[in-house]
Amino acid sequence: MTDPLVTLDGLTVAFDDRPVVDQVNLSVHRGDIITIIGPNGAGKTTLIKSVLGIQKPSAGEVRLVPGMVIGYVPQHLVLESTLPLSVKRFMMLTGHSVSECRAALDKTGVGHLLNASVHHLSGGERQRLLLARALVRRPDLLVLDEPAQGVDINGQASLYQLIRQLRDELNCGVIMISHDLHLVMAATDRVICLNQHICCSGHPADISQDPAFIETFGHDVARSLAVYHHDHNHAHNLHGDVVEGDDGHLAHKECSGHAHP
Amino acid sequence: MPILDAILDDFFWRALLGGLGIALVAGPLGCFVVWRRMAYFGDTLAHSALLGISLSFLVSLPLHVGVIITCVVLATALVLLSRTRALATDTLLGILAHSALAIGLVTLSFMPDVRVDLTGLLFGDLLAMSRGDLAWIYGGAVVILTLLALLWRGLLMSTIHEELARVEGLPVERLRLALMLMFSLVIAVAMKIVGVLLITAMLIIPAATARRLARNPEHMVGLAMVFGAIAVTGGLILSWYLDTPAGPSSVVTAFLTFLLVYGSTAQTRA
Repeated sequence: MTDPLVTLDGLTVAFDDRPVVDQVNLSVHRGDIITIIGPNGAGKTTLIKSVLGIQKPSAGEVRLVPGMVIGYVPQHLVLESTLPLSVKRFMMLTGHSVSECRAALDKTGVGHLLNASVHHLSGGERQRLLLARALVRRPDLLVLDEPAQGVDINGQASLYQLIRQLRDELNCGVIMISHDLHLVMAATDRVICLNQHICCSGHPADISQDPAFIETFGHDVARSLAVYHHDHNHAHNLHGDVVEGDDGHLAHKECSGHAHP
Repeated sequence: MPILDAILDDFFWRALLGGLGIALVAGPLGCFVVWRRMAYFGDTLAHSALLGISLSFLVSLPLHVGVIITCVVLATALVLLSRTRALATDTLLGILAHSALAIGLVTLSFMPDVRVDLTGLLFGDLLAMSRGDLAWIYGGAVVILTLLALLWRGLLMSTIHEELARVEGLPVERLRLALMLMFSLVIAVAMKIVGVLLITAMLIIPAATARRLARNPEHMVGLAMVFGAIAVTGGLILSWYLDTPAGPSSVVTAFLTFLLVYGSTAQTRA
């Protein structure tokens, strides 16, 4: 196995002596998709800000592979209404050529918006723009802070699908924060349940059985996740119909206790 | 050059050239004031310029130098104090702006042999522009425009999204400091033109007018320069024919242009 892209070694961040992130050890390799879940105030955003180098650790260490490029997709793009900005200009601020920018936008499905104003984009389109902006820099590590917030359910599923696909193409590592537990479970290799410290971590299927997880999120959530978990070997189009998936396996209408119309 | 000499000998042309020089730098900097919501901040720096002037008299420094130093010190103090979050930024600005102005006035009163044209400093005295002032304005403009051109991508990116800029490796703190320095410089040289109390207007109004028509940041900067130039030219013409004070007349022209542009364009936003 190659060296990890990121290693957190006893990472602690404290504000006014109150630890927000406490003794976290974590390593991320190329090809990993790691999702951080946890209640509000659990230190999720602080944790990824430490990885990004925006937040200084109070103790412990964040080690990155030297020269590594990080693509960051912030939670929101709140643009001052007095600042006129087109999608193209925003992309070009990365210093990449128009054709590279267009290719990245096409990849995230918003190529047709090249000349639109950023002010006119919907929540989902903004997320895809931010993702394209991260992509054009050819990141080794992609860090996303609640990428699906403000995106409708269908959009969320295809956004997570897109993130997986990008991981495959770029062979990068992915760290993301999410609240949408059901979707996370379907799109993630490893889940970290954070509540200042790491309560539990592991494969989505296992974690919903973990006592620490059940204690944090309650029985109802854990049970519903166990029911909803299924192998993601098919895909949905925007209407929710099942379309051809990875292994050519169509309609599995009654898998894992949920049915498709 | 005899033609240049003839132009520079005429106070009206000197005033116009100086005013256009200010419009050239007030355009881009005004855009940053509007984008970063720094209107009150600019006002505070402008107020502190008066303190700079009295301190310059006290230690016999050239006025411009004293003003630049005071603005830089105040700007740094503001950035540091606002980080402690003990007081809301606007409260802090209000305290510093008026204290600096008042301390400046009190200090001046202790120097009875120093005669200062206070009205000129507060509201500008465009028509009293000397060749030396012109040299300051164009020297300052060259420095500011060069800095802006070199730092443009970083300044714009850290204005759009500071954290994103940081992750992309831009020196956000140093860029902020560079911007403060440029504000201090423009206030020091523009003080003469529109006066301490009206500088913010010359920064904000042309930029706000430009916002209505612009589709991109650079487009907005260019338009802000044009609207600034219109304001100064119109102000001088008003002053020439109606014998009104030139500084306030420029601001009035800027305001009329603003009303005209907002009134004549449809309610669309790019």
